[in-house]
Amino acid sequence: MRKVGIVDVALSPGVGSSLSLMEFTYKPVKEVLDKVGIKRNEVDAYVMASSDVFHSGLSCANSFDIDATGAFMKPMAREEGDSIKAFIYASLRIMSGIYDTVMVVTLIKGSEHPDNDTLTSCFADPFYTRPLGIQETTAAAMQKRLYQKRYGITDEQCAKVVVKNLGNALRNQNAHIKKRVTVEDVLNSKKICHPLRAMECAPKSDGVCAMLLASEEKARELTDKPVWLRGFGSSMDTFYLGDRDLLNTQLKNAASMAYKMAGIKNPAKEIDMAEISEPYAFQELLRCEELGLCSQGQGGSFIDSGATQMTGSLPVNPSGGVLAMNPYVPRGLYRVAESALQIKGQAGEHQIDKKVNTALAHGSYGFCGQWHGVVILGN
Amino acid sequence: MNKRNEKPRTLKSVLRIPYEMAQGPAWTHFFEGFKQKKILGTKCNECGRVLIPARPFCPRCFEPMEEWVEVAQEGTIVTWSYVNYTYFGVTADMIPQVPVTVKLDGTDCGWWGGLIGGFDVKNFDLVNKKVKVGGRIKAVWRDKVEGNMYDIDHWEIIK
Repeated sequence: MRKVGIVDVALSPGVGSSLSLMEFTYKPVKEVLDKVGIKRNEVDAYVMASSDVFHSGLSCANSFDIDATGAFMKPMAREEGDSIKAFIYASLRIMSGIYDTVMVVTLIKGSEHPDNDTLTSCFADPFYTRPLGIQETTAAAMQKRLYQKRYGITDEQCAKVVVKNLGNALRNQNAHIKKRVTVEDVLNSKKICHPLRAMECAPKSDGVCAMLLASEEKARELTDKPVWLRGFGSSMDTFYLGDRDLLNTQLKNAASMAYKMAGIKNPAKEIDMAEISEPYAFQELLRCEELGLCSQGQGGSFIDSGATQMTGSLPVNPSGGVLAMNPYVPRGLYRVAESALQIKGQAGEHQIDKKVNTALAHGSYGFCGQWHGVVILGN
Repeated sequence: MNKRNEKPRTLKSVLRIPYEMAQGPAWTHFFEGFKQKKILGTKCNECGRVLIPARPFCPRCFEPMEEWVEVAQEGTIVTWSYVNYTYFGVTADMIPQVPVTVKLDGTDCGWWGGLIGGFDVKNFDLVNKKVKVGGRIKAVWRDKVEGNMYDIDHWEIIK
């Protein structure tokens, strides 16, 4: 199968923008095209990720997404869920040999939609679950309690994820939430959904990410610093929370597929940095375990060790992660883009000190992470 | 597998979700024009087309559309329909309607911009006689304009 290269990316800031969704989407797409020096109609195909009905209040996406992403009069496909799926679809288009260049664009304006909890309550099945008002935060609270109970993870260890990620976000010009916080601040924030506190939960943010992918030959022609896709994997669980072990999620399955494809035997040693979706702070710890970056049940001591700090042996979320910026569907592609920028050495103020050869990006959506996607990038 | 002869149920469901959508600079300016009973288009400096309603960028050329042009309030009917049925959101008092696509003079695209009116549109034979593809219409504004899509009350047949 053909190699896939990331040519370039552009990211929008996360704070609420006064631009319309159409103008807001257009800007990063135009930025990527101008940086690479190609025209919209020279891109072979477009794949986009958005949530038109619930997160955009639109239905149908065709009214804004097509003109603004540049997909007008081109082969296009669109997916909902997490934008890492769109990245995988776009990569498959290149691997197939049918297309040489594919633009991936993902868009959401969190400033225009109501709280994610309002929307995710609609994601529940209408007969058994929705009448009870269950949504992603209540599901995550159940998962957190189980995690703390089974492995003795402390509230302080969960709070450290917030301190670390918001600290990193101070250096990220695009981050939505920028404030220096302490473990005490997090622990003193309101217990909104016990054992989850307000500061352990991600905000809702604006966000557009545009990324140009190309075949090996084309990528080398279009950029001096292509970033190569080495592996990907994804897996979907059943909806019903009671049917699942919430601490053995499909992330393990997704990761093992990605590692196998990338030829990674020991992820903790071979991966230089990771961008992990963590809409709830404790999920970063759990997901480090499930990705094999530390041992099962050791997510708490992993953050205590300092390994995941910006200056640690395996920095996690140097961008500030989802806790600092949560455009619902785009957050996965943001993780891929941030990882690619770290490999290119173009992450700016939040570039980590050591050389990044291999990076991991993770995306997730659904109650307690019903779906997971993992992408491995290399230089 | 229904052994009890129970009639399978349905559940009625209506979702209400609030949004606050940014209109952005381009569409804001377009509707500010409405407040002065003006129809504003944007011109692409690459292809030279004038598009209405105003766009922030040219969808074909993918360049920003920064030049504003006031266009005519008269144009030619491209196509039309006669809507005479109800569905959730469209009640009996709202029909019949005669939606029209119009190409305003000085523009380079059709505009799905409103309803034909100014005479008894309940009479289909009369509508069918008066409304013709290629016929001419002009905008009739409401007395009180507020800067939204309701400001043009209807389109009047002029030829």
